[in-house]
Amino acid sequence: MNTTVRPMDGRQTEQFVAPAASVIENGNGYTMQVEMPGVNKEGLEISMEDNELTIIGRRSLPTIEGALVHHESPREDYRRVFELDSSIDMNQISAKMDQGVLTMTLPKAEHLKPRKIAVS
Amino acid sequence: MSIIRYQTPELAAWPSLDRWSNLRDELNSLFNAPFWAGVGRQQLFSGWSPALDLYQNNDSVIAVVELPGMGKEDVEISLHDGTLMISGERKSEASDGEKAERTERYFGRFRRSITLPTRVDANKVSATYQDGILTVTLPKAEEPKPKQIPVN
Repeated sequence: MNTTVRPMDGRQTEQFVAPAASVIENGNGYTMQVEMPGVNKEGLEISMEDNELTIIGRRSLPTIEGALVHHESPREDYRRVFELDSSIDMNQISAKMDQGVLTMTLPKAEHLKPRKIAVS
Repeated sequence: MSIIRYQTPELAAWPSLDRWSNLRDELNSLFNAPFWAGVGRQQLFSGWSPALDLYQNNDSVIAVVELPGMGKEDVEISLHDGTLMISGERKSEASDGEKAERTERYFGRFRRSITLPTRVDANKVSATYQDGILTVTLPKAEEPKPKQIPVN
C-alpha cells in the first residue's frame, strides 16, 4: 500500500504511507473518510483524472524540541488513489477536513438515484 | 477425553505408547486448568491503540498521540505512579440504510499507557488537540537537591 513516487524531473523521490479509509454507501451516493492525523486543510491535494481520485495529505506537525525517546508514528506524508464508480457525479463531489479526518461526499448522478414511484 | 479406544495387552506394554499417554495427560491438564490461565491481559482488552511518540528535553517530557476524528471531551488523560495513561472512545457515525464498502478505521474504546522516563509534576501537565494530534506536555519535577553530609 505504501508508495514511492519518482518525479519525472529528477527531484528527490517522495515516500508516502497509505492512510486508513472507510467507504460507506447509501442510496444517494458514497461517503468516504480518510484518516490523516497531522494534516490540515492547507496540506491537502485532491485531484481527479478519468475515474481516479488521488488524495495527498502533507503533514504540518508541530516541531517539538528534545530527543525522541519512543517512536511509533510514521513521518511520511499520505497518498492514496481510489477508483471511482461510474455512477458518481464528478461535479458534485465535496470534501471537508476536521481533526485529521477527511470526509468526502460522492453523490450518485441524479438519474441513477433510487426513487419511489407513487401509485395513484 | 481419550483417543485410544482399544488396546491389546501387548500394545499397551510398548514404550512408545507411554509417550502418547504422557501427551494425553498434558492435554487433559490443559483442559482442567482454568480457561483464562494462559490469556494475557493484553488479549482481554479488545480495543485499539493509537500510535504514540515520546520526546524528552531539559524541561519536560512530551507525548504526541495520533487520534484523528475525536471529540476533545472523549479523551481522558491520567497520571499514576509515573505512568501516563491516555484513553477514550471514538464514536461511530454509522446509521441504518448504509452499507460499508470498506472499513479500515477503528471505533470504540482505546487505551495507551506509557512509563515516563523521569519524574514529572502532575499539577503542571497540559494538553492540546489539533489536526487530530494530541500533544501532552509534562514538565519535569524539580529534582530534590543533593544533600551534603559533612564528615566529622
